[in-house]
Amino acid sequence: MEIGNSCCFFNLKSNVSTLLITITVTLVVIRFLYVIYWCGKPLRKSLQPISTLIVLGSGGHTAEMLNLLSVLQTDHFTPRFYIAAATDNMSLQKARVFENSLINEAGGEVIELAQFMQIYRSREVGQSYITSVVTTLVAMAHASWLMMKIRPQVILCNGPGTCIPLCVIAFFFKVLGIRWSSIFYVESIARVRRLSLSGLLLYKLRMADQLFVQWPRLQSKYPRAHYVGRLM
Amino acid sequence: MGDTDESRKCNRTAFVTVGTTSFDTLVRAVDSQEVKEELSKRGYTHLLIQMGRGSYIPQKSTGEDGSLTVDCFTFSSSIAENLRSASLVISHAGSGSIFETLRLGKPLIVVVNEDLMDNHQSELAEELADRTHLFCARPQTLYQVIAAMSLESLIPYPPGAASPVAKRINRFLGFPDD
Repeated sequence: MEIGNSCCFFNLKSNVSTLLITITVTLVVIRFLYVIYWCGKPLRKSLQPISTLIVLGSGGHTAEMLNLLSVLQTDHFTPRFYIAAATDNMSLQKARVFENSLINEAGGEVIELAQFMQIYRSREVGQSYITSVVTTLVAMAHASWLMMKIRPQVILCNGPGTCIPLCVIAFFFKVLGIRWSSIFYVESIARVRRLSLSGLLLYKLRMADQLFVQWPRLQSKYPRAHYVGRLM
Repeated sequence: MGDTDESRKCNRTAFVTVGTTSFDTLVRAVDSQEVKEELSKRGYTHLLIQMGRGSYIPQKSTGEDGSLTVDCFTFSSSIAENLRSASLVISHAGSGSIFETLRLGKPLIVVVNEDLMDNHQSELAEELADRTHLFCARPQTLYQVIAAMSLESLIPYPPGAASPVAKRINRFLGFPDD
């Protein structure tokens, strides 16, 4: 009898836990699908300025990004947070020059509305895979910390691998209801025939709300991308 | 022959840039006899090389014996000045230098680095070469490209615009198009 009883108890307990797990998983999946459904759909009609995270990368990436910022109405995208890889000193420097030019244009009356931050890279060129695991974890933790601090409403990125952890975290923030951020990804002009790894990941995982490409050939290959012509 | 007449009148500089990293294969190629000869034949009098972090140091020459004047440096805070005073630019395939040169309307030969692992850079150079905005070469074919290039055939590059992207972003976020 006793054995039978405890069996029933265990069965009941495991039934309850199975039920709880099923409910949780279902809820998470529903929320997940909800987020994916709403990604890529315009949400608001408001003129309030929105906090903006701008991910910079070395080489031509920063030039393209600053080119885009120069035509955006920067007072809508306020405050602005610039992030670049910790190994990249040039990009933040260029962003500072750009921000200073905005202040000068405004006659120096504006308080500085921009912040500049650096992020650890998950993998340096040529790094071994074993150490990459550790550095990736460190990079993810650092990215989460920065994202918690910034909680941007808009993320602008255009190629460097540093944008991937940030976008993944932004996606989880959406699922968890911490912050809904719209992600815009502009593929670099250097990509004519194939998306970059970052672009491909964001496209396949449907993480970017809008993904822009600068060559028509890319748009025909990736139909959900938007062709916007050359930025440079 | 017009080229050689012109060379007596003024300096014509071929400026080589490898960008922020190194590209020794390119520096070695422009330092080769074949390339220097072709440059002289095309009427260039000076060869200025920005060699970045490369370890190969090209042989400098004052050009007193009537040959090409060769000079080099590692980095400069702004290569814009060098680009502006150049008559021909020979560049690595980075999009930064490509567009900076095209915007200045300078004849450009882009040399693709075949040693790079993820060689997506050739995509852009080849696309722009197909549209005859520039010439595309490999280090070992550079002298042939210099010999065969016809600068008159180059089509000026129409600058792009970021406003279509800005418009879409604004519309998505509910901001006016202005």
